[in-house]
Amino acid sequence: MKKEQLLDLYHQMVLIRRVEERGAELYQAGKIGGFMHLYIGQEAVSTGLIGAREPRDRVITAYRDHGVAINCGIPVNEVMAELLGKATGMSKGKGGSMHMASVEKNFWGGHAIVGGHLPIASGLALGDQYTKNDNVTICMFGDGATNIGYFHEALNLAKAWGLRVLWVCENNKYGMGTSVERASAVADIQQKAEGYSMKHSQVDGMDVLKVYEAAKEAIDFVRTESQPYLLEVMTYRYRGHSMGDPERYRKQEEVKKWQENDPIGIFRKHLLEKKTVPAKALDEIEAQVEEEVNKAVEFAETSPEPAMEDLFANIYVE
Amino acid sequence: MAKITMREAISQALMEEMDRDPAVFIMGEEVGVWGGTYAVTKGFYDKYGPDRIKDTPIAENAIIGAAIGAAMVGQRPIAELMTINFAFSAMDYVVNQAPKLHYMFGGQFQVPMVIRAVGGGGRQLGATHSQTPDVIFAHFPGLKVVSPGTPEDAKGLLKTAIRLNDPVLFIEHATMYQVRGEVPDGEYLIPIGESKVQREGKDATIVTYCKGLELSMKAAEDLSKEGIEVEIVDLRTLRPLDMGPVIESFKKTNRAVVVEEGWKSYGVGAEVTSRIYEEAFDYVDAPIIRVAQKEVPLPYNRTLEQAALPQPPDIVAAVKEVLK
Repeated sequence: MKKEQLLDLYHQMVLIRRVEERGAELYQAGKIGGFMHLYIGQEAVSTGLIGAREPRDRVITAYRDHGVAINCGIPVNEVMAELLGKATGMSKGKGGSMHMASVEKNFWGGHAIVGGHLPIASGLALGDQYTKNDNVTICMFGDGATNIGYFHEALNLAKAWGLRVLWVCENNKYGMGTSVERASAVADIQQKAEGYSMKHSQVDGMDVLKVYEAAKEAIDFVRTESQPYLLEVMTYRYRGHSMGDPERYRKQEEVKKWQENDPIGIFRKHLLEKKTVPAKALDEIEAQVEEEVNKAVEFAETSPEPAMEDLFANIYVE
Repeated sequence: MAKITMREAISQALMEEMDRDPAVFIMGEEVGVWGGTYAVTKGFYDKYGPDRIKDTPIAENAIIGAAIGAAMVGQRPIAELMTINFAFSAMDYVVNQAPKLHYMFGGQFQVPMVIRAVGGGGRQLGATHSQTPDVIFAHFPGLKVVSPGTPEDAKGLLKTAIRLNDPVLFIEHATMYQVRGEVPDGEYLIPIGESKVQREGKDATIVTYCKGLELSMKAAEDLSKEGIEVEIVDLRTLRPLDMGPVIESFKKTNRAVVVEEGWKSYGVGAEVTSRIYEEAFDYVDAPIIRVAQKEVPLPYNRTLEQAALPQPPDIVAAVKEVLK
C-alpha cells in the first residue's frame, strides 16, 4: 500500500475517534438527543473495509454509523450537523445519529432496526443484478443481528439468487448487554454462513490492514463469482452500547485488555516500526483532525435549525 | 369500452407498464411458473422470463425488504404479497421502512415500489387468512394505500401506482377477481387520492370502498325499489384520503352510512364519520351509522363467516335508520 493511502487510513481512524469523543461531550451537554452509539474501538473495521471498495460499491450499515459515514466520504461538517439535528446535516436534521446516508457517496444508510437493513441490502444488490452491472453491496451489521429472522431471509435470498453482497458481521462480543455466547446458539458466527452454503472467513478487526486485505479478497470474490460472502470481523467497542448504558454486563478489566490492542495505537506502532512514516507526519494528522473537528462542531453549532415548513417536507415524492 | 373482469384489468395494467418501462419487474410467491395464486400473472413468466418475473422464497421480509432496496437504486419493483395477512410478517418493511426512507434521510432516498396484496374475507380461509386490515396500513404517513372497487379503477390506479415514486400498497379483494366492469379503450391513468361518486342519489350518502362498493351497489338497487335513492362515494384511496366528494355529497343529503368490510372499531367508518362531523357538522340531520364486520376473528364455517361479514341487508337497514 502506498504511503499516502496508509496516511489516509490513519487520518480516517483518528477522525472517527475524535468525532465520537466530541459527540459524547456534546451529548452530555444536551446538544445531541435521542440514541447515540459510538464507534470508538471499532474504527479499523469500517476504515479497512470501505478503504477496500471501489466507489461504485454500495455500503449499508446499522445505527452505529458515524464512522461509516466518514469513511464513505461524507464531510465531517454534515455528520456533526446531523448529530445536532441541524438543517445542514446530510439528512437535514430529520434522521439524527442513526440515520446518516449519502446517495452521492454510495452510502445507503444507517438503519436503526436491528437486522432490518439486511433484506434491503439484498435489494440493493438485486437492483444491480437486474441492471447487469457487477457492483458489490457491502452490508455491515452487529453480532446481535445474526439472531434475528431478517438475517436468515436476507442471506438465503442472496445465495439463492446469486446476489453480490459482502455480508460483514462486526462481532463486538455483545448485542447491547448480552454476550454472543448467551444469545447465539452458534458462538462462532461465521459458521452461520454454512447453512446457506456461503463462503466465509474471519479476520482481526483491530488491525486495519488485516481488515483491508480480507475485504479486498472478499469483494473480489463477490464480484467475480457473483456470489455473496460472509466476513466476520472480530472487534470491540470501548464505550457502552449507547450513551445510556450502565455497563453492568462486563468488567472494566475486559475493556482495558482490549484497549491495549487499540486499533489506532497498533496501526501507529506498525507505521513507525516499519519506518513507513515519521512520527511527525502522524502527529500532524492528529493536529489536523483536532482542527477539522473543532471546525465541524462550530459549523454544526452555528448552523440553522430546520425550518418549520420542513416538518411536512419529503413525506412523499409526489 | 370493453367489459372485462377485475383480474383482467389488473393483469392488463401490469403488462402495459412492464411493456412501457424495463425498470418494472414483479417479485413474489408463485408469481412466475405457477402464474400467480389468483392467476393475475398467468402467462407473464413465458412472456417476460425469470429476470422480470421473479419467484421468491416464502419469506415476506426478503420479498418486501429486497423490493425496497431495488427501488432505492432506481428499479420499479412490484412486490406481491399472496395475501395481505402475510404483510404482518413483513410489517417492518411495509410500515416502518418503505414509508419512512424518503423523509428520514431528508429526501435523499426514493422508494418507487408497489406492494400488491390480496385481502378480504368470504372464502372460508379461517381467521388468519381472511382479514381486511387496510386501515392499519393507512395509519402511516409516507405510505399510499389504494383499494379499488371496479375494474376501471383497478387498472387506472395500478398503472398510476407503478409510475409513482412513492411506495404504494395496492389492496385487491379475494372475492372480486370475477367482478366485471367496463374499462376505457386504450391507455388511461386514474390519479391516486381522489374519491369518486359511483352512483348518484339524493336521499342519503353511502361512503365506502373496495368490497363495500359491491355490497352498497346491491343495497342501492333494493332501496331504489322502495323509492330511496342513495349516493355512493367510493374512496378508492385510503391514504391520502380525499374527503371532497364525501363532504359535497353529504351537504346535499345530510345523512350518511359508512360501509367497510373490516372491523368497526378504529376503522374507516370512524375516520370518515369524524371528518364529516368536523367539516360539515351544520349539515348533519341524523347520526351517521357505520356498517362493518362483527368484532370476531372470522370463522371457517360458511354460515358463521357470512354472518360476521357486512351484507347488503345491513346497509339497507342502516340507510333506513339514518332516514328516520
